[in-house]
Amino acid sequence: MSDEELARLEPELNAIIGWVEQLGEVNTDGVEPLTAVIEQKLRLREDAVTDGECRDAVLANAPNAQHGFFAVPKVIE
Amino acid sequence: MTELTSKTIAELRDGFRSGEYSAREIAGAYNEAVAAARLLNAYTVETPEDVIAAADAADKVRGHGDLPSLAGIPLGIKDLFATQGIDTTAGSNILKGFKPTYESTVSANLRAAGAGVLGKLNMDEFAMGSSNETSAYGPVISPWRRKGSNVGLTPGGSSGGSAAAVAAQIAPGATGTDTGGSIRQPAAFAGICGIKPTYGRCSRWGIVAFASSLDQAGSMARTVRDCAILLEAMAGFDPKDSTSLDLPVPKWEAGLSSDLKGKRVGIPKEYRIDGVPEDINTLWDQGIEWLKDAGATPVEISLPHTKYALPTYYIIAPAEASSNLARYDGVRYGLREEGVKTLDDMYAATRAAGFGAEVKRRIMIGTYVLSAGFYDAYFTKAQKVRALIKQDFRLAFQKCDVILTPTAPSAAFGIGETTDPLAMYLNDVFAVPASLAGLPAMSVPGGLDGQGLPLGLHLIGNELDEQGVLNAALAIEERAGFTARPEKWW
Repeated sequence: MSDEELARLEPELNAIIGWVEQLGEVNTDGVEPLTAVIEQKLRLREDAVTDGECRDAVLANAPNAQHGFFAVPKVIE
Repeated sequence: MTELTSKTIAELRDGFRSGEYSAREIAGAYNEAVAAARLLNAYTVETPEDVIAAADAADKVRGHGDLPSLAGIPLGIKDLFATQGIDTTAGSNILKGFKPTYESTVSANLRAAGAGVLGKLNMDEFAMGSSNETSAYGPVISPWRRKGSNVGLTPGGSSGGSAAAVAAQIAPGATGTDTGGSIRQPAAFAGICGIKPTYGRCSRWGIVAFASSLDQAGSMARTVRDCAILLEAMAGFDPKDSTSLDLPVPKWEAGLSSDLKGKRVGIPKEYRIDGVPEDINTLWDQGIEWLKDAGATPVEISLPHTKYALPTYYIIAPAEASSNLARYDGVRYGLREEGVKTLDDMYAATRAAGFGAEVKRRIMIGTYVLSAGFYDAYFTKAQKVRALIKQDFRLAFQKCDVILTPTAPSAAFGIGETTDPLAMYLNDVFAVPASLAGLPAMSVPGGLDGQGLPLGLHLIGNELDEQGVLNAALAIEERAGFTARPEKWW
């Protein structure tokens, strides 16, 4: 972010964080944090390959793909 | 054939089946209407050839046995749904040019039911907004205007393109998604119906993720019946979404009944808040009378943690968003900023250029509330309060069958009128609690305010009770007699 963006964002973020801090008023002693909004058992499936063989589809939207790989700026000197 | 565009989905379906008109005629009328309404900026992409192809397929099979439920019906698809070979950008520059090689489960279900796609509908960037003003394509202009004024109004958001398109009759119905009111608030602003089902009814697979524990697809249309028809085609178990509900899809359309005898309607006292225009509270009281007239009994209920729903949401949703949006790195799809030397610089430059202001704001908030030193104070605390909000509803539904509230605390506002992010967030004050609890909820038009703008009534049902929500909405629809339409200026 540019310095100008940061200067504008700072008071906005402070206001939002200040506002969400009102949750401190709520007594949550002994309350379990919610983990699943609709209770259900996680499913298990057979441990088998169900996907794959779609390299070209995966690469189709890459800004830069070469030799069947995603290409990025050099990361190893 | 402009009169075709004023028909409901149920009417189009029946007229097509009886041979009154062909699917090709419906497609032609809609394609023409879409092309003539570009001033609204509702569509980001138009796909007239898609509608024609689906129409031809429908015309070919008509008269040969069972037709799929949406044969011959064209629909608009929110730009958050991946559509194979058709630009899918979530209203963001960072997904510019992204053409998925796959189809979202929901849009695939609609296609399998015979629907054609009119195009992709504009929306707030990554569904983060309540006015459609954060879209990289520019705001959608609502077809509605205040009496005697030509000030451009927002259609609400984030499904603003969907709401505007349905209201302007450039789509008979559309998909929307709702994370914290993004179907219901725009439906209210645009004078249409919109339903968000129970979390897990519609597969999230292929829908660009915003806040995964809250995101849920739903339908937007001009009538309650049309919403039921569309939702029935969209919903269903999908093994590709780990939170998809493995349950049969009820026959919601066949189950429609506005006889509410024996039903108890909860009226939550905490939803009477300061600063809400009198018109809205008056409509709420009227809604109670309508439901009484349909045979229901109103009961006062209490949802004591209502006040904390919005701040809870604005911790959880940005937290999940900051995690989900980490995937936009310029490597695999969408925008890449070139001309930087290192990989890290490339990530940073791509995100700086690709994300808009509201998205950056939420990523920053989300990253902060998830950071090691603050995780318990913010994120865990919010998940505990969320459990209390869910518990409020659980207790309330021991006393009532469905809950009635206003949909939004105001009618549509002008483009550019709300610049403070916190003031914008307050738009969803009535919608967010049901989202946090994963409950089905719907907005149905109730009437017009003093300025001639639509206002919505909001029904919240117990888990999996979409039918109860639809039926109460139908009772209101029949009594409200809402036939107002925006005057065509575009």
